[in-house]
Amino acid sequence: MAAAGEPFLRIENISKFFGPFQAVKDVSLNVAKGEIFSLLGGSGCGKTTLLRMLAGFEEPTSGKIFLDGRDMTGVAPWDRPVHMMFQSYALFPHMSVEKNIGYGLKHEKMSAQKKASRVREMLELVQLVPYATRKPHQISGGQRQRVALARALARQPKLLLLDEPLAALDKKLRERTQFELMSIQQRTGVTFIVVTHDQEEAMTLSDRIAVMDKGEVKQIGSPGEVYEFPNSKFVADFIGSITSFPATILERQTGQLRLSVPALGGEVMARDVPGLSEGQEATLAIRPEKLLISKDRPEGANAFQGTVKDLAYFGKDSLYRVILPSGVLVQAHAVNATRGGEAARVADWDDRVWISFAPSSAIVLAE
Amino acid sequence: MKRRHTFLVSMLGFGFAFFYIPILSMIVYSFNESRLASVWGGFSTKWYVSLFSNKQVIDALILSLEIALVSASIATILGTMAGIALARFTKFRGRLLFSGLVTAPLIMPEVITGISSLMFFILMAQWIGWPAQRGFTTVTLAHITFSMVFVTTIVQARMLQSDRSIEEAAMDLGSRPWEVLRDVTLPVISPAVMSGWLLAFTISLDDVVITSFTTGPGSTTLPLLIWSKVKLGVTPDINALATLMVGIVAIGVVIAGIFMNRAEHRRQRDEQMAFRANG
Ligand SMILES: Nc1ncnc2c1ncn2[C@@H]1O[C@H](COP(=O)(O)OP(=O)(O)OP(=O)(O)O)[C@@H](O)[C@H]1O
Ligand SMILES: [Mg+2]
Repeated sequence: MAAAGEPFLRIENISKFFGPFQAVKDVSLNVAKGEIFSLLGGSGCGKTTLLRMLAGFEEPTSGKIFLDGRDMTGVAPWDRPVHMMFQSYALFPHMSVEKNIGYGLKHEKMSAQKKASRVREMLELVQLVPYATRKPHQISGGQRQRVALARALARQPKLLLLDEPLAALDKKLRERTQFELMSIQQRTGVTFIVVTHDQEEAMTLSDRIAVMDKGEVKQIGSPGEVYEFPNSKFVADFIGSITSFPATILERQTGQLRLSVPALGGEVMARDVPGLSEGQEATLAIRPEKLLISKDRPEGANAFQGTVKDLAYFGKDSLYRVILPSGVLVQAHAVNATRGGEAARVADWDDRVWISFAPSSAIVLAE
Repeated sequence: MKRRHTFLVSMLGFGFAFFYIPILSMIVYSFNESRLASVWGGFSTKWYVSLFSNKQVIDALILSLEIALVSASIATILGTMAGIALARFTKFRGRLLFSGLVTAPLIMPEVITGISSLMFFILMAQWIGWPAQRGFTTVTLAHITFSMVFVTTIVQARMLQSDRSIEEAAMDLGSRPWEVLRDVTLPVISPAVMSGWLLAFTISLDDVVITSFTTGPGSTTLPLLIWSKVKLGVTPDINALATLMVGIVAIGVVIAGIFMNRAEHRRQRDEQMAFRANG
C-alpha cells in the first residue's frame, strides 16, 4: 500500500491552536513500522494533544497525518486503525475484564468462537486469565493497566498510542512493566508511540525519542543520540543531569575546537560541532559521569584543579562536589569498583584533586 | 463551644419536629375511630376500608398513578437526552440559551408554569383544534415539561462527574457515537437516570398546582381529590388517604436508597478486597 520509502507514520507540519493558544507548533516526524517511538517532554508541552490528533479526537489546525500512506484528515476516530491506551486507563466500569478486552471485537466480522479465542489469547498475553470475570474495580492498578493494554491490542491496531502508560504504577511495578511492554511489542510487532515525561522510561523503552518543549519538537534521535549529542541546552538539561558553563570559541582546528571557559579557569579542547564560528559565544556542557576525578594530574588536555567540598557515598557510586578556584562547583560521579567501603574512595573532604574529561566527552552548544 | 453545640442540636431538633410531627399526627389520626378529627376515639382501620370501597378515590388513585408513570417515563427520556447534551457538547450555538431554558422551570413559581401551560393548551385548541378537552393528556404533558428539568439536572451532574475518556475509549475501539451512548454512557449513568425517574414520578404524583390548572372535568387526581375534600373539613378518611400517599412515596424513596446504598457498598468492598489481594 505504502509507496516505497514512505514511512509508516508521517506527521507533516502539524499545528494545533486552542483559541489563541498554540499547544503544538509545526511538528513533523516519521515513525517506522514496528518501532517504539517516545514523545518526551515536561508537563503541558503538548504530548497528549499530539496523541489525540493521531487518534482523531482533535483535528489539527494545520498540517497532515499520513498513516501507511493514507491521509488521516477528516477520518473519524472509529474508522482509524489506531488504538489508544488512556492515561487513566478508561476501562468500562460496568463490564468484566473479558468484556472490556473484547469490546472492540464487536466491530470485527468474525465468528463468536474466534472472538472468544482472541480474548483468551489477549488474557494470556497480559497474564490475566484468572481475573477474566472480575470488574475493573475488583482488580489492582497494575492489573487495570494490563487490561487497558490488552483491550487496545485486541483488534490488532496498526498503531498503538500509549499516554503515560506507567505513570500510575509504583517504581518497582513500573520497571517490571516496562520490560513487559517491550516484550509484548516485540511479540505483536505493533508500532508503539509512547508519551512520557519520565526520561529514564523513554530511554529504556524506546527505539527513538522526540524531545518536546512548549509544543515544539526539539530533537529526534535514538536514546544514545539525544543523551550523548543533545542539540540544545533544553535537551541536554532535560535528559539526564548535566553541568554547563559559558564558553567562547577561540579556534577551530581539524575536527577540534579550542574554547576559553573562564569558569573552569582555562582552555578546553572539544570535538568540533558544525555551524560554529570562531569568536562565537557558546555553552560547554559535561555529563557528571564523564568527569574523572584523581589525586594526580592526569595525562592530556582538559584537566583542572579543585578542592573536594562535599561527597556522598551511594553504594554503587560516589558523588563528589568539587569547588574550582573560580568559585564554581562541579559534580563528578566515580564508580566504586573495588570493595573497600568509605576507606577506598578516591578522595576525601578538603583534598586537592584534579578533575578532567576527554575532548570527545565535551558537548558544545551554540546557545 | 459546648453551648453552641447544644444550640445547633436543639435547632435541628425543632426543625425536624416542625416537619415530621404534623405528618406523624396525620398518620396516627388516620387510625382514629372517632369521626371528629381532633378527638381520639380508639384504634380502627375503618377509614381505610371505606376508602377502598369508594370508587371516586380508587379512580383518582389510578389516574394519578397513570399520569405519574407516563409523565415520569417520558420526562426521563427527554431529560436524560438534555442532560447528556448539556454535559457533553460544551460548545454549540445557543448552548447558554438552551441551558437557561431547560433549568428555568426549576425556579419558576408553579403558578406561573401552571398558567402558562393552561394558556398554551387554550391557544392550541383554538388554532389546531387540539386538545379539544383537557384531562389526562394535558396534565401529563404539563407534568413532563416541569419534571423533566429535575431529571436533566441530576443526569447532567452525573455526566460531569464521569470520566469523559471512557466514552472516547469506546469511540477509539470502533464505536460510532450512538453505539457509545448505548454501550457505555447510558449503563454508566443508569443509577442517576433511575433516581431521576423516581423523582419525576413522586413530583407528578403529589402535584396540585399545575394539575389543577391543566386538568378538565372528570379527570381528578388523588391530590386534587384530597384538596377538594379538605375544603369541606378534615375528616379521618382524608388522613387515611394522605397516609397512603406518604406510604407510596416513602416506599419508593426507601427502595431507591437501599438500591443505591448497596451498589456503593459492594463497590467499596470489592475495591478493598482487590487492594488487599494485590497490595
Ligand atoms: N481542550 C483544550 N482547550 C484549551 N487548551 C488545551 C486543551 N487541551 C490542552 N490544552 C493546553 O495545551 C497544552 C498542552 O496540553 P497537553 O495535554 O497536550 O500537555 P501534555 O504534554 O500532555 O502534559 P502532561 O504531561 O501534563 O499530560 C496545555 O497548556 C494545555 O493547557
Ligand atoms: Mg498529557
